[in-house]
Amino acid sequence: MAQESCADLIAAEDVLLFVNAAVTATGQREFRSAAGEQRLSLAFLHAYVRVNYRRVYAAVLALDINDHNAALVIRHLLASAGEADAEEKRAEGRLIAARLAVMAPQRVYRLLRALRAAKVNNRRTRAIFRDWLAARPDPAFDAVKYRGGLKAATRHAHLPPVEAELGDFLFRPGRRARYAHPLLDAHRRAHYEQAAVFELPFTVAEGFAARHGIPRAVFLERIAPRTTRLERLRTQSRAGAVPADLATMPLTRLALYVLSLGLDERARRRGELTGALRAAALRAAGPHAGTWGRISAVLDDSYSSSGSGQKRRRPLAVALACHFLLEALASGGAYRGRWTSGGGDPLLARPFGATPLGMRVLDALDDRPERLVIVSDGWDNAPPGLAGEVLRVWRRRLDPERRTRVVHLNPVYDADGFDVRRLAPSVPTAGIRDAEDLPALVEIAQFAEGRTGLAELYSYLDRRTADFTGSSR
Amino acid sequence: MTALDLTGLEAGPAQVWGGIRLVPLLRAEPVAGLRLTREAYGHPEGAEVRLAGRARYTSYIPHGFVADWSGEGPGAAYGTTLGDGVPDRMPLHRMAKRRPGDRLRFLPLHLALEGYLALHFGGPSVAWEEWSRTALRDGLSPRVESAYLGANVPQLADALRVFEILPGQCGVLVYAADALGAAFAVPHPDDYRALHATLLQDLFGELIHQYALYGRPVTEFTARLDDRHIRSLGDLRAAARGQERAWREAHDTVLAAELHATPYTFSRVHRMGGFALWRFLPPFQRGGAGRHIGETITDHQGRVAYLKTFRLSENQVRRGHLLRNLAAHDWHLGRCAEALGATPEELTRRIRRAGLSGLLRNPR
Repeated sequence: MAQESCADLIAAEDVLLFVNAAVTATGQREFRSAAGEQRLSLAFLHAYVRVNYRRVYAAVLALDINDHNAALVIRHLLASAGEADAEEKRAEGRLIAARLAVMAPQRVYRLLRALRAAKVNNRRTRAIFRDWLAARPDPAFDAVKYRGGLKAATRHAHLPPVEAELGDFLFRPGRRARYAHPLLDAHRRAHYEQAAVFELPFTVAEGFAARHGIPRAVFLERIAPRTTRLERLRTQSRAGAVPADLATMPLTRLALYVLSLGLDERARRRGELTGALRAAALRAAGPHAGTWGRISAVLDDSYSSSGSGQKRRRPLAVALACHFLLEALASGGAYRGRWTSGGGDPLLARPFGATPLGMRVLDALDDRPERLVIVSDGWDNAPPGLAGEVLRVWRRRLDPERRTRVVHLNPVYDADGFDVRRLAPSVPTAGIRDAEDLPALVEIAQFAEGRTGLAELYSYLDRRTADFTGSSR
Repeated sequence: MTALDLTGLEAGPAQVWGGIRLVPLLRAEPVAGLRLTREAYGHPEGAEVRLAGRARYTSYIPHGFVADWSGEGPGAAYGTTLGDGVPDRMPLHRMAKRRPGDRLRFLPLHLALEGYLALHFGGPSVAWEEWSRTALRDGLSPRVESAYLGANVPQLADALRVFEILPGQCGVLVYAADALGAAFAVPHPDDYRALHATLLQDLFGELIHQYALYGRPVTEFTARLDDRHIRSLGDLRAAARGQERAWREAHDTVLAAELHATPYTFSRVHRMGGFALWRFLPPFQRGGAGRHIGETITDHQGRVAYLKTFRLSENQVRRGHLLRNLAAHDWHLGRCAEALGATPEELTRRIRRAGLSGLLRNPR
């Protein structure tokens, strides 16, 4: 490590900073910064990393970055194709294709529209989208549900429609008296026939239902088989809707749902909700379950964890999900979670009060854990900076042999700092968006401790890239 | 009563946003038997209050506070309406008005400001030849002062929005560039939570607005632990506790000294069971620390249950100083000038510059 140059250290720092930003930032309003500040800060970071570390910029597509940033990365890579050589382009193409395959279709269509607005239409772009569209399971479904998106994509990528019927549906509506494909025909009939509305996807059917004046309760009941998992979760509290199956929900999504309920309802459905959260956590932990030894966690439920109007209670939901996930990861009941408010019931967590992180860290260190996980937005304010000091003194005086491994996970991107906010230089910090990614993030956070060099970081990225492009083929 | 007794209110860890520092005031337990609620008024701009005699007080009055000492707990104040309610263009009657039951409605800050505006409002008490006819006939009327609305103080809105209210918090001190701008304390934490946002509709002195506008971001007083003597977790915990104590002491003796140590002139407005509503004026001495006017409700031991202050600007302090001195010397320019160590001509100039030239016979 001694012979490692200063430039290498800076490079490693820049890469980690970008990964943290790409995991957490979504360009939406946060508790302390507006959407505009977030986007401006993120745009700079993307440009900086793309120009200086193009290889890394592409490789982060293989990590658990959020879809907003994945779309941005793909857009910028395609727009700046001239800066890459042939070998890089091949690697980028593989990564982009693999990432598009796992992204939600509406996001891909939105990305395509953004590329169209930016007038990016090179051969590579067209080929990538041709392949992606060819891999879609049912073009007719896309034509109905993402009509505008598919239309723009077909036009922009100069693609002939797969079937003549589809072309007529998109570009010459009203030309045909009827369609052979049942979904396309249902869409035609739904203009005048109520029964046909219920053969359409939920979002499309909603518009027709409003036009036909179908009561909401009747609509929700009859459309149930056509709804997606998340649509069911969103509408299930309404009259007539079918209850969603909580057992199959991803962990963080489930935590968000739990927090959206009132305290009374949470208390009433305690068994059901706790069971669902535990099951989701076990699923997320996978092979790691029960292997992490003694864990203590400090979880932030201060007022700032209420997030913003756009990311409602997101930081608190991440903390709640982490609570259950860490419980599953710890070996046999050797887990203890401490909320900053001092509350003992995670299911009834609510964002309130200041952030006395320092005192809670002390409480957690009292348990003599093997791992200490801190989930917080890093605004330690009661008193300010105490957590950082406690961790510094602990590391220096009381635990110099590093028996306890400390990691800080931060769900909030700090637009002014171009990174997630840190507690102390000695504590590795990683951004987190979905609690499910926690094991992978803890792995990345170790690079931030400054004990592993750039070469190892690059080989880690290569390994993840190989896994990602290999597995999605 | 000559000073504010802030026993029971402890300063908590400060939170900083840009140039604004907010220091929470915590109570170990709420004041028993007193609650505050807010009643909003439909037309805050140019609202009028009828005072004693023919005097009128006109200002931006967005709401009044209702103090309830019946001990029955919080409830909607009499006259509270949901939604837009009645278009009450009617002038309010008196600054503090008894309501049915053990309730008193008063207008926060305006009560204190009116006390300041009414300072020697009657004008010259002896018709010396220097004073103008209007001054002798109408006194200082119309007496005008200006202040800034909290919403117009830069960064204050954001600072209040991201402020994390502490459990047990019953008040806050607002600093701009570390100058104390306002103190606000209520009897119960729930009242504070309900009234936290009303700071935006409060009045702030010119100085606070300028400091918030031009001041640089203030630094946080972050914790510093001396690690030389720490051998165990217990030591570490003790050192961390020491930090909290050190901040509290530093705050009370350095930052909030002008609130704790200044002798004020109190006048009682209303007696409410065991409590009393007062308004107070600072000593109008120029130079030195900030001068605050305000109103307070004290319990039977004189401890503060409710407090709201307004920081006067330098010019406002100067005007108060001149008026006090003139009145003390029966409005005789020569004697007053002598007491201030100046010549009558110089005093005349000072009166003019303070914006009180309407009092003088030859306004130039």
